[in-house]
Amino acid sequence: MEKAPMHGPRGPAAPADDAAIAARVWDAARAELDGLPGGRGLNIAHEAVDRHAAGPAAGRVALRCIGRDGDVTEVTYAELRERTSRFASLLRGLGVRPGDRVFSLLGRGADLYVAALGTLKNASVFAPLFPAFGPEPVAERLRIGAGRALVTSADLYRRKVAPVRDRLPDLEHVLIAGEPGDPATIGLADALAAADPEFEIPPTDPQDMALLHFTSGTTGRPKGAVHVHEAVVAHHATAARALDLRSGDVFWCTADPGCVTGTSYGIIAPLTHGLTVLSDAGDFDARRWYRILAEHRVSVWYTAPTAIRMLMRYGDDLPRSYDLSALRFVASVGEALNPEAVTWGERALGMPVHDNWWQTETGAIMIANVAGMPVKPGSMGRPLPGVVATLLRQGRDGRALVTDGRVTEVTEPGAQGEIALRPGWPSMFRGYLHDEARYAECFAGGWYLTGDLARRDADGYYWFVARADDVIKSAGHLIGPFEVESALMEHPAVAQAGVIGKPDPVAGEIVKAFVELKPGREPSEELARELIAFGRRRLGAVAPREIAFDEHLPLTQSGKVMRRLLKARELGLDTGDTSTLGSAR
Amino acid sequence: MTPEQATRAISEALTRVAPDADVGGLAPGDDLRDALELDSLDFLAFVEALSDRIGRRIDEDDYPKLATLGSARDFVAARTGG
Repeated sequence: MEKAPMHGPRGPAAPADDAAIAARVWDAARAELDGLPGGRGLNIAHEAVDRHAAGPAAGRVALRCIGRDGDVTEVTYAELRERTSRFASLLRGLGVRPGDRVFSLLGRGADLYVAALGTLKNASVFAPLFPAFGPEPVAERLRIGAGRALVTSADLYRRKVAPVRDRLPDLEHVLIAGEPGDPATIGLADALAAADPEFEIPPTDPQDMALLHFTSGTTGRPKGAVHVHEAVVAHHATAARALDLRSGDVFWCTADPGCVTGTSYGIIAPLTHGLTVLSDAGDFDARRWYRILAEHRVSVWYTAPTAIRMLMRYGDDLPRSYDLSALRFVASVGEALNPEAVTWGERALGMPVHDNWWQTETGAIMIANVAGMPVKPGSMGRPLPGVVATLLRQGRDGRALVTDGRVTEVTEPGAQGEIALRPGWPSMFRGYLHDEARYAECFAGGWYLTGDLARRDADGYYWFVARADDVIKSAGHLIGPFEVESALMEHPAVAQAGVIGKPDPVAGEIVKAFVELKPGREPSEELARELIAFGRRRLGAVAPREIAFDEHLPLTQSGKVMRRLLKARELGLDTGDTSTLGSAR
Repeated sequence: MTPEQATRAISEALTRVAPDADVGGLAPGDDLRDALELDSLDFLAFVEALSDRIGRRIDEDDYPKLATLGSARDFVAARTGG
């Protein structure tokens, strides 16, 4: 078995001072979980499924899955136990071992839950992908993660995997949910029917790798953030605290299953609480969403700023025409929630929308507006118990200033700094897969540096300011400019590309590309469209939505495109002193 | 607009958002979002582009009428007095 974590929960080198205080909080949270029978360790799937299936909750509805056409399928905890056990048996039969990566490229539905939890049962590693990715991002992540098995649909396989499968030598098994297709794949339904419905979870060390979530940095390829089974301690505790989950709740998380929210809170956390989880396969549709909230008596709803801003376009009266009396708590994550969206919630839903903040690397909510606490519209809230957060003084590059390995905390109220967290919480990432250097760069002076800039007021509330780097936050997704630039540069007309986030009233930011053409190529509307089409075919949802031609992109001395300058120009800001840019042409 | 003009305005708006879209290959009953892989933001951009072309604001409540090529054509023709 590959021993996943390269580090303990405290990161490479952290002092133990206030981490010890937080540790008491997490010890208490740990005590709310059962652990594997016989002291054989801690496994997420046991906490989420088997422990409920073995008790009085066996007949309770665990999943209520709404299909695209509105049909409803319910799965009880007992049924979920059997189906995930069959999935684990199937993996074992295929020779997929503990520690091996099993990817999903699936829309929302019962198969996704079975694949995720069945993978964890087998002590293999679950790595979800965003179904709206194009073939390039899919191939890149499967390659970095050395995926041995993939669960997807016939349609997604044909469009996004088959064209790149010859580049993925590690990918041995492709399991097809729904209608089976290509002969190089396995029909999931038949394989599950033939698999053993009994499966004993193997001994699982809490520090064994459980989840692999891809995220993007400013430079280089996507990073696979490694999470371990112990993360479930934080999933469970933060869901109770930040989302106010209580027994008997019907919980709906609208996040895409391909992102970390879709796993931590769309799958794991509500099931560890023994609740009924709602899952909708349909696309965003305001009336559909309000109907779901009303008809399914959703009590806690976790959604995203982009979705809320789209709902706001329909006005305040539409939600009032639905019976939302079961709704008790609404939360949002993805990018900073604007104050208007918070107050819209008060008017239209009868309660504020509670913004919270976390990242792929943190694995769970870190800073939140919790139930019962006064909400300051526009603030992400305060650190949860067990989370030690601070702001660090920034250096010239915008990131936390590190001098001889030391950092400086910003203490004056209202001052800006980079959000940093004291390592030690259970769902902290334990590495970027096969990328030790980039993991080490995330820590300084005993802190995990988040790359997000914020202010903290005198009451201890944090207010998001911006990313400290060039990563783009669009509709709740982090998009790495390098991945987009690399794809564009494969086009024969493109000499150089710089990609930024352009402010957008609905998505927060949209991806905009500045393109310098090769000699002899002339900018035209037609070429701009061709480049957008080119990007969409390769990248899918992370493709640029706008192209601008630039005769000479500004470059640093080392020849890198100055994205920050492009962004400042886009925003119409003073571009300031560019003398440090070297040969900015 | 005649139904033909409406269809042309819709295809122009679609190819503006998704230049890779094979609008000619669509059947009248195909769901545009599925067939052309439009996400929610693409769909909003499509509605705005279409609104520009027909010179009328499209109300949020009318978005479901833009679900397929056929229903969108009928909607645009009716709204523009075709």
